[in-house]
Amino acid sequence: MTVFPASLRRSRSAGGGVGRANIWVYGLLTAFVLGSIFPFYWSFLVASRDSSMLTESIPPLVPGGNFFANAQQVFDQVEFWRALGNSVVVAGTVTISTVFFSTLAGFAFAKLRFRGRNALFVLVIATLAVPTQLGIIPLYMAMAEFGWANELQAVIVPNLVTAIGVFWMRQYTVEAVPYELIEAARMDGCSMIRVFWHVCLPAVRPAAAFLGMFTFMMSWNDFLWPLIALNAENPTVQVALEKLQSGYYVDYSLVLAGTTLATIPILVVFLVLGRQIVAGIMQGAVKG
Amino acid sequence: MSTELAAATGARQGDEPTGPGPVRSRSTWRDRLGRWDVKYSPYLYVAPFFVIFGIVGLFPLLYTAWVSLFDWDLIDDNPSFIGLENYAALFGDAQFWKTLVNTFSIFLLSSVPQVIMAVLLAALLNTRLRAPTGWRVGILMPYVASLVALGIIFANLFGPNYGLVNGILETVGLDRVDWQADRFASHVAIAIMVNWRWTGYNALIVLAAMQAIPKELHEAAVVDGAGPVRRFFSVTLPLLRPTLIFVVVTSTIGGLQIFTEPKLFDAMPGSNNGGSTNQFQTITLYMYQSAFEREDLGYASAVAWVLFLIIILVALVNFFLTRRIATTGEDRR
Repeated sequence: MTVFPASLRRSRSAGGGVGRANIWVYGLLTAFVLGSIFPFYWSFLVASRDSSMLTESIPPLVPGGNFFANAQQVFDQVEFWRALGNSVVVAGTVTISTVFFSTLAGFAFAKLRFRGRNALFVLVIATLAVPTQLGIIPLYMAMAEFGWANELQAVIVPNLVTAIGVFWMRQYTVEAVPYELIEAARMDGCSMIRVFWHVCLPAVRPAAAFLGMFTFMMSWNDFLWPLIALNAENPTVQVALEKLQSGYYVDYSLVLAGTTLATIPILVVFLVLGRQIVAGIMQGAVKG
Repeated sequence: MSTELAAATGARQGDEPTGPGPVRSRSTWRDRLGRWDVKYSPYLYVAPFFVIFGIVGLFPLLYTAWVSLFDWDLIDDNPSFIGLENYAALFGDAQFWKTLVNTFSIFLLSSVPQVIMAVLLAALLNTRLRAPTGWRVGILMPYVASLVALGIIFANLFGPNYGLVNGILETVGLDRVDWQADRFASHVAIAIMVNWRWTGYNALIVLAAMQAIPKELHEAAVVDGAGPVRRFFSVTLPLLRPTLIFVVVTSTIGGLQIFTEPKLFDAMPGSNNGGSTNQFQTITLYMYQSAFEREDLGYASAVAWVLFLIIILVALVNFFLTRRIATTGEDRR
């Protein structure tokens, strides 16, 4: 493992790149960013009009006034409020749990010595590459056996803690928590769990915050397993969207109103915390 | 490290026996508790991961192999053991081979252009920009889109009759393309979806690697009279190799399990066929269809297990390739 940067907040050499940024650079980047935004905008555009706009070969590029009417229909046709509520509960629980257990395990792997530590950590890394998605058939059978089919715990429990979370927190904790602090706390009679809570946790907060955002996004956008585990009466947002689209006749202004509604919360989170997310991805890359 | 930790607790132990009898026995009890705390707490802290992973990750994956040996219906209390018959059927199943080819075709169409574009984009971002973070956030935006939203939006954009893409093609005087019906075109459209979502993310990873390249190397190349293009190919690109391999390897595991994009791209909403003749059905979509539409859990498990072995195989090839390239890189230095 290579050196882990001391702070997530400090973005590395921002702006200090190689070579000048000329008009071509700005032009191409603008094209990329417009391309990145366009599908989102298109979704909103169709959602704010009615599907007849799609029959025009050069569609209007300004939003119309039908968005709220279409959104209302989304709420009428599928259990959208329920889906939003479910997604908040699922993603929220999964995020809190993943951050807590990953930080705890990361602390143990980084700062505590115990027999088999290295072997167990190698095992964590190995599990990163295991495509557990392919085990969904027995997982479904087990959930049916527990009576958890169509219940939210079916999509929460399998994601309570992840290998990537443990790995990420371990890498950060190695650098961020000095042994002197742990020893001092031990001298003062702190139990291990209090050392974790009062010494480790405050020091690794930036990494935990990034893991939290990352986990929330992953969980909010998860699809294959929720589609299997939940039904249309008790869906997450993604499952509700799929149900909206799989009707006999697809009214795109309605379906895209749904995708817009489902994307807005996560887009807002992203625009508020984008800087930290960018920093987190780039620092993870330096480590990898 | 924790030897010092042990020393710290040891020191405490040494201090305490000075007290009178009863206190002393209580403190040894507390010491013992403290030692147990030091010795066993770490296991307790790492246990949740291993327990959860074991129950919902590893066990189901292994049990898939067991289920694949049965004729096992979705609602079946009495599955019958049929040995390797599911696999025999699978290898003779034209649809399976078709999905295998589709999966690799979509994967190649999405990984190769993506790496090239990510490097280009990273090179653009690695200049002295105004508001560098703003640009980075801008190109990362697709990363937050859910695959379902993305699938719906792109299915609309690539619609055969009224899709915007065909509208544009027609306006500039080209022929319309039936993005759903044509096999190759459908792979291209799905690959565009994948690329749209991941290029910005990968560009940031490549950018991080570019910024880790010492400036002196570039300055030395400038002194030697190398222009920007030459510097890019002779200095930057060789040093990016480990990162590019990392990007390719990580995208392999996800790319071979692609499911949501082809499912939502279908012109028949809700269908699991991946097009009327399975022209863009992927292996994972076929597994899903076998299990939850045809309700044949045994057969679906065989599909899952074969895909698992393929992924392991590709990962191993990647691993040896990586090692080989990494060592030749070292020789050169």
